[in-house]
Amino acid sequence: MIDLAPILAKFPTVKHDAAANALIVPQALALEVAKWLRDDPAYRMDYASNVAGVDTLPVEKKTKVKQPDGTEREVVTKKPGSMEVVYHLYSMALKHGPITIKQVTTRENPAVTSLTPIYRGAEFQEREAFDLFGIQFEGHPDLRRILMWDEFKDFPMRKDYVEPDDYEYEPTPHDAVLAKAKAHYPKASTSTEAAS
Amino acid sequence: MNTETIAPREYQIYSGDDLRTNVLEISMGPQHPSTHGVFRMDVSLDGETVVKLKPVFGYLHRNHEKIAETTSYLGSMPYTDRLDYFCSMTNNWAYALAVEKMAGLAVPERAEYIRVIMAELTRLQNHASLVGFLTNDLGASGTPLLYAIREREHILDLFEWASGARMMCNYMRFGGVRNDLPSGWLAQCKKVVDDFPAFMDEFETLLTGNEIILSRCQNVGVLPRDLAINASITGPCLRASGVDYDIRKVDKYGVYDRFDFKVPLGSVGDCYDRFMIRLLEMRESVKILKQALATIPEGPVNDSKARNFRPKPAEAYGRIEGPKGELGFYLVSDGTPKPHRYHVRPPSFINLTVLEDMCLGQKIADAVIILGSIDIVLGEVDR
Repeated sequence: MIDLAPILAKFPTVKHDAAANALIVPQALALEVAKWLRDDPAYRMDYASNVAGVDTLPVEKKTKVKQPDGTEREVVTKKPGSMEVVYHLYSMALKHGPITIKQVTTRENPAVTSLTPIYRGAEFQEREAFDLFGIQFEGHPDLRRILMWDEFKDFPMRKDYVEPDDYEYEPTPHDAVLAKAKAHYPKASTSTEAAS
Repeated sequence: MNTETIAPREYQIYSGDDLRTNVLEISMGPQHPSTHGVFRMDVSLDGETVVKLKPVFGYLHRNHEKIAETTSYLGSMPYTDRLDYFCSMTNNWAYALAVEKMAGLAVPERAEYIRVIMAELTRLQNHASLVGFLTNDLGASGTPLLYAIREREHILDLFEWASGARMMCNYMRFGGVRNDLPSGWLAQCKKVVDDFPAFMDEFETLLTGNEIILSRCQNVGVLPRDLAINASITGPCLRASGVDYDIRKVDKYGVYDRFDFKVPLGSVGDCYDRFMIRLLEMRESVKILKQALATIPEGPVNDSKARNFRPKPAEAYGRIEGPKGELGFYLVSDGTPKPHRYHVRPPSFINLTVLEDMCLGQKIADAVIILGSIDIVLGEVDR
């Protein structure tokens, strides 16, 4: 396990996510932190292994709490949704790692700082996160769709993505696919239509 | 005949110095035989020289990650076979390793040995086929490739015997492997491994000193060491550029710390280095296999309690040294039976980042070899 305390001491605005042992880096500081991690002789995280977008929907949880007078009251706890980009950095020079850094942004207007100027290896993976999650990477040299075709409008990896209902043909549809398929079946002619 | 008009004439020889060429944009693929699948290169050419090259892919995209997020953890194990369909065993292992890391599952000793044996057999057949396909791209149409495919078939027979399928093995499970090896399997595996060096001697005698291979591969598509590191290149391509980074040595996952093997390194980083690194790595894999087969212990091969489990909210990134490079899985659990996030870090997708850098200034015919030497499988690039 790599000691993260020197990073937190040097950059006071960087937060530590203890559950995931990750650093949450504000977007304005992302390039600076990445450059420092890459060049600092104690870390030398010269290799950005993995880049992944993570989409989390807002959660509304209703729990019933018993009041002191015996009646029950409903308490709603809300957790806001978020869009994250996770980077796993390793060091090829010192053969240690990983350090996980995260940039957290909103679901409504997702935009983070691109680390491609520091790590060329993030180029295609950031394009992938842009393509599938719709996350804007500011400072990316060539931000285009990479897996989906250019004319595609939506972002399929988002949790609230609804696929078009003509997306596939199944010879024996069932369950949810059957319900969708029924909308496309030709209407059976009724007896009144036949009489007229 | 009037002889007075007969005299030597002077001719102007056209030097071609004022010849102007236009940059020509060519779409190479997606049905080009050299692209190893449905892959396209948008190439701009000045004469025969590449001045710009953009890889275009996604033709096989089926959103593997989305599908995996709608099913249970175990449910996507068979689907990982279809990522890099040459190396389903290592795909299984990488995924199992990430889940085990997240859920804290232990793997029995015998299963670890079986995994090492399967992974090294996978490496042997992948590298042998890659060298075959590379020589195919060079114009040696079929002969070395068929020698490689012939050897590969012996290994696929072993896979079929153990798992029931030649290529879509679906053999690993969380906390072990699906079933123990059938009786007689280890003896047959020993025989295949013992016979393999003879094939390699033949292969190397045919290929390594071959004049066409030397002249077409050496100093073609040079990948500098610093660029290779910065662009997250992994696997044989990285080591051909002289970077000593093998995850089997760095992470020591599984039981790799018990075996004696070396990591071959290149010095120039050209196509010839990438070709030779594969041949040398096969020799090291044979070494590992011989040690593993000699020391494999008896015992259980899986933990029967680890079926249909529900991991606690956590996240993990697990990675292994696949035949093509670092194959990683990033998993986020929210406590439900389905993964909240399932992400694949495919080595051949990321190794394509430097395709343009390696091809610039080279001839268009060399772009084919450079692509071949990266070793891509489109099932994994597009997912």
